[in-house]
This record gives sequence, C-alpha cells and structure tokens, in this order.
Amino acid sequence: MNAAGWSRIQFAFTITYHYLFPQLTMGLALLIVIFKALYLKTRNENFNHAARFWTRIFGINFAVGVVTGIPMEFQFGTNWAKFSNFAGGVIGMSLAMEGMFAFFAESSFLGILLFGEKRFGQKVHMVSAIMLFLGSWLSGYFIIVTNAFMQHPVGYTMGADHKLHMANPMAFLLNPWALWEYSHNMTASVVTASFVVASVGAFYLLIGRHREVASLFLKVAVVTGFIASVIQVFPTGDGQSRMISYYQKPTLAAMEGKFRTSAHAGLVLMGQPNEENGNIENPVVVPSVLSALAYGSANSKVKGLNSFPKQDRPDNLVLLYYAYHIMVGLGTFFILLTGISLVMLRKNLLMNSTPLLWVIMLAFPFPYIATTAGWMVTEIGRQPWLVYGLERTIQGVSPTVSGGDVAFSTLGFLGLYLVVGVLFLYMIGRTINEGPEPHAEMTSGTQLPSATAN
Amino acid sequence: MTIIWFALIAVALAVYVVLDGFDFGAGILHLFVAHTDEERRTVLAAIGPVWDGNEVWLLASGGTLVFVFPAVYAAGFSGFYLPLMMALWLLILRGISIEFRSHEKHWIWRSFWDGVFAFSSLLMAVILGAALGNVIRGVPLTQQGYFHGPLFTNFMPGKNPGVLDWYTVLVGVFATVALALHGACYLQLKTEGTLQKRLNATIPALWAAMLATGLLTTLATNAVRPELYANLILRPWTWLLALMIAVSVFGLPIAHRKGSELFTFIASAGTLIGLLAATAAGLYPVLLLSTTNAAYSLTVYNSANSQHGLQIGLIWWSTALAIAVVYFVFLFRSFKGKVNLGDNVYHE
Repeated sequence: MNAAGWSRIQFAFTITYHYLFPQLTMGLALLIVIFKALYLKTRNENFNHAARFWTRIFGINFAVGVVTGIPMEFQFGTNWAKFSNFAGGVIGMSLAMEGMFAFFAESSFLGILLFGEKRFGQKVHMVSAIMLFLGSWLSGYFIIVTNAFMQHPVGYTMGADHKLHMANPMAFLLNPWALWEYSHNMTASVVTASFVVASVGAFYLLIGRHREVASLFLKVAVVTGFIASVIQVFPTGDGQSRMISYYQKPTLAAMEGKFRTSAHAGLVLMGQPNEENGNIENPVVVPSVLSALAYGSANSKVKGLNSFPKQDRPDNLVLLYYAYHIMVGLGTFFILLTGISLVMLRKNLLMNSTPLLWVIMLAFPFPYIATTAGWMVTEIGRQPWLVYGLERTIQGVSPTVSGGDVAFSTLGFLGLYLVVGVLFLYMIGRTINEGPEPHAEMTSGTQLPSATAN
Repeated sequence: MTIIWFALIAVALAVYVVLDGFDFGAGILHLFVAHTDEERRTVLAAIGPVWDGNEVWLLASGGTLVFVFPAVYAAGFSGFYLPLMMALWLLILRGISIEFRSHEKHWIWRSFWDGVFAFSSLLMAVILGAALGNVIRGVPLTQQGYFHGPLFTNFMPGKNPGVLDWYTVLVGVFATVALALHGACYLQLKTEGTLQKRLNATIPALWAAMLATGLLTTLATNAVRPELYANLILRPWTWLLALMIAVSVFGLPIAHRKGSELFTFIASAGTLIGLLAATAAGLYPVLLLSTTNAAYSLTVYNSANSQHGLQIGLIWWSTALAIAVVYFVFLFRSFKGKVNLGDNVYHE
C-alpha cells in the first residue's frame, strides 16, 4: 500500500482511539459540575464522593486523551504536509486557537481540580471544575470548526499561490455546518458519559456496594442521558443530516443507500446494499420519508448515486451505509433505555429492578460504538475529498514520506496504544474496585527496595 | 507583520523549553537524586500539577506555526517524519509514566514507571537539542519546498546531512546537560531536606558541564552556520541578549552559593531564554535553511500566511496569550513554595 493508504489508516486509527477518551471527559466534565453543584446545594457528602470519584476517572481518561492527542496535531504536518500547506492559512487558525484558548485552560485547571481541593477549599474547586468543563467544550468546538471547514469550506479565498487564505474569520468560526456538528457531537458526549456513570452505578447496586452513592450516579445519569439522547435525534441529528443533504449530496445518497434519483424517496430502515447491482437487498422502506426529512416535502427529488460521476462518490459506500444505520439504530435504543429507566426512577423502582440494572450496566459500550460510527459517517462521507470540493484526499499527503515509513509508525502506534489500553483498563478497574467512598490504606509493598536498604 | 509573528513563535517555543525543560530535567535526574519512594513522589508532585500545561506550549507553538508559516510546518514535519514519530512515542511514555506511576503501590510497578520517566525524559532532551541543531545547520530542502531527512548519513553536516551528525548530536548533548541543570534548579526550589541537599550537590557539576558543552557548541555553530554570528553582530540590539546570557550563566553559581533558591532558578531560565532568543535572532529571516541550494530556503517572506489573516490573528492570539499567562501565574502561584505530599487526595 502507498503512503496515502497507510496515512488514511494511521489517521483513522489514531483519531478513533484518541476520541474514545475526550468523548467521555467532555460529557463527564458536565456531570462532575452537576455533582459538585448538588453537593454545594444540599451539603450531602455523597455528592462530593461522587464528584471526587468521577474526577479520578476523569483524570485517567484525560491523561490518556492528552498523550494520544499530541499525535493528531503532529500528523497534519508529518503525514498530510500538502494539506497543511494548502489549507494551513485557514485551519491553522482554529488549530492555534484550540491550543491558545482551550488547552491552556484545561491543563491549568485540571491541576487544581486534582491536586488543589484540600489546599484551596470548595469554592476554588468548584470554579476549576467549571473552567475544566468550559475548556474541554471549547477545545471540542475548535476541532469541530476545523473538521467543518473540511466538510463545507467557508470564509476562505483561493490565493494566487493556489493556497487557501483566510477571508472572513467570523464566517469560518460560525460555519453553519460546525454549529450542527458541534451540538450533535457534544450531546453524544453527554450520552457516553451518562451511560458510563449509570453503568458503574448499576454495577455497585448489583453487587451491593456503595448503595447510596451508586443511586446518586443513577439518578443524575438517567436524567442527563435521557435529555441528551432525545436532543441527539432532534434537533441536532436532524440538523446535521440537513447539512449533508444540502452540501454533500453524494454522501446523502450513499449513507441512505439511494442508488437512483427520484421524488417520494423512501427511508431505508434495513437492508443490505449491493454496490454492483445498484440496489438494496431485502429492504425495509418507509415511503416518501427521506424526501420529507431531507428537503421538507414528500415531493422533493432526492438525488441517487447514479447522478454523480464515480470519482466524486464516497469510495467506501458499504461501510458508510452500515455505519450510518448502526448509529441511527443505537440512537433509538438509547432513547428507549433511558426513557424506561426514567419512568422506573420516577416510580422509585429503578434501584431494585435487577434486570434493568443488568441492561444499564452492560449498555455502556454502545454510545462509544454509536459515536465512532457517527464519525465514520462524517469522515468516509467526506471522501474522496480532503477539503470538500477543493482538495482531494490523494492530493494532501506528504510528498517525501514513503508508504513503508507510515506502515512502520502505524504498527508502532498499534503496539503502543495496545499497551496503553491494557494499562488504562487495569487502572479504571482498580478505581472502580476502590469505590467512591474513602477507604482504608494498603501498606504492604509500598516502599522501594532502596528505601529499606538505606 | 511577519517579524512580529516570527518573534511570537520564538517566544512561545522558548517558554516551552523553559517550562517543559524542567520536567525533562526532573526526569533525567530523579533516579539519581531521589532514592526513597517519598522522595520520588516529591519530585513528581513538584511537576505533577504543571507538566501537562507546560506541554501545551508545544502544541500551541505547533498550532501557531501551521497558521503563520504553513509551508515551514509542512516541510519540517514531513521531512523529519521518523524522528518526530519517535518523539511522539516518547512524549506518550513520559505522560503516562507520570500519571500511571502512583496508581499502584507495589514498588516494582513504581520502579518500572520511574525508569520509563527517566528514559523518555532523557531521550526527549536529546531530541529537542538535535532538532534545534537541525534547524541551525539546515536541511536538504528541494525546489518543491520539501525534504526527506534520513536518520543519519555520514555524520557530517554538509549538502546531504542526516538528522543526526556530529553537530546535531553535540547540540543534543548540550541540551541534555542544560535541561538536567534546569531541572535541578527547579527541584531545589520545590524541595527541602536531604533531597534538596542532593540536588544542590549536583548543580556545580552540571553547571561546569553545561559551560564546557556550551562553549564547544558555540564554536561548532560558528563552523557550521557562520551567518548566525554575522547576523548577530550586524543587529546591535541582540548584544543585549549576549549580556543576558553572560549574566545568567555566571549569576547562577553565585546565586546558588548565596543560597538564593529563586534566583538560581531564574538564572537557569534566563540562560535558556537568552540562548534560544539569540539563536532565533541570528537565524532571522531564514526559517529552514536549504543545504542543497540557499535559494530553496524557507524564509519569513516565502512561507507566510496572507497579511490579512495574520493581522486579525494578532488580535485573538495576543488576547489568548494574555489569558494563558493569567492561568499560568495563577497555577504557579497556587502551587508555589515547597511540595506538600499531603495535598493530594487522589493518590498516595
């Protein structure tokens, strides 16, 4: 495989892996603020235990997020040098802004949140939780603005040097695509965090430990999870797909499995796309709904893949189609599960309903899967373009880096990230096992051998 | 306009070296100066709340480089592909060694991560120095504005140099010694008792080694890139930097002997800032010198973003910088004084 192919694999792998961590921390930052605020309001010590426990989980996730995030910023230059050269004058702005406005806030206040509760007291601790929340959400915005420019470029001019230059920074920062993408992505992050918090709560209840703190986990997370799951579909999911239907028509056709142009286009709920024959096998279709959702009327014509030359269509139609349908299917399941849990919570039955607690405990991986699938829709859907309509992916790679170099470093990342992942899971497991309440100290094996030798 | 941005990026990078430099220095030294678990934890607690913020200066400088000089970012990062990947892995290892160490109490777990922390910090210091050496010496840029830097060729600076040659390795060694000294100067500020005594004992030796390798590097730089000094002589304001370097270098042992912890650290920081600022001032206006043909060099004139973008950029960038400085002053003031291990409620 050439450098372009390997670079795509490397970026896809490193970004997917990296984003497992921020998608939890961004949502979790909000939940920590909620726990902390509830503590300051009710002075119920259990809320503070909850805040501290999740700050510990946050800290581990944040550390892995930071170390796996640095390669992302480097890869624009190392693997995609021609893209950086071509678009750096525009996207350099949001990348620099992320570092300058968001990372400084996040990293400074995490130090205080982790190390400063005893030293500075509750007020400063609360402020640093809020700053961390704002910093991480701001960081998300600048990255989404960068991605949105690649999806739907606005605010630029093409210079005489055939490079992109900044023409209108406000238009670039307030890209309509970015606003929808951001709200859709951030509510997804709240869904992930809610499911994780609820899952740990359910686990403690099932094994009969930390019952009081665990039920607080569930009470807060079921509410935030339900609200976020609903917003996920409407208005943010709806708005996001409208953006695609206006600005990336081949992508809409591919993700919906629409091969031929027609009015009264039906929405494919299930079925297997067959690229060679150009149809969906074993389809379950709701008539006219796609036309209505995309353009507001059942009469609207939806363009099929046959309307676009092959070189302008996404190059992996089948993966795009399945990723999209998996995301939508899971999104529906999230509303259902959190909705049922909320009803049970209102009836005071949730904490004793063993089957439901089992489902909640086991459901936490699915928001990660749905979010990953959603990003696959975004990124595979953007193909074959790197900057939509302006630069093709194949044109953006580094001219002096060979496929072998990228293959080597990709293998390096795979190995290193495997080790990091195992250690991460071990430490999360340990933290969950220690539990949210203050515990007795272990003492054996804590001294370095040199300490006893001295 | 571009001269302001050149200066801003140089300042951001210098701040990175001064801040993350003491983290690397702490990593290089801690196995030798911190013997007990409590001492190791004290070293980690001295950098624990700040190392991540320090590293952000590297990311912020990188992001700013994309914005201001996209062509330099593109050429430099793709040209140094493999060394940069290794630097990334080392930064990952450094980060997780600090964060993971204290989560498990068994000594073998902690000793392992202490070793990883030392190893990654040492190599990162060498890499930072070698990277600077490459920028000073120049890289084999072609007419297209790209290059491929092999790890080494014949170990000689010349038309087709590798990433490592005798000159860049020398700068790497100098950087390692200077950052180890810087780490010692930072840690003596944050510690007390036996640990501080051991740190104080290393400072004179490290200072002498820094002076020796520094003089050698200065002479070597004159052989490899004589224009650097020619430029400095022609720009009289940069003589102030030479004065700053001299005062810092020779002020350090005096402050240390007088027992002024703060001024010892300031002198060490001043040495690093002075050297980096003088290097940047001597390189201007060339950002990346081409060893194949000086006409292919990337300069502030042929690689900058459009004036319009840069003008607006100056407004938000300086606003953000001002806010960041406030955070850092707050952060460092919050954790000023000696490390107190009892502050950390999360891991013991």
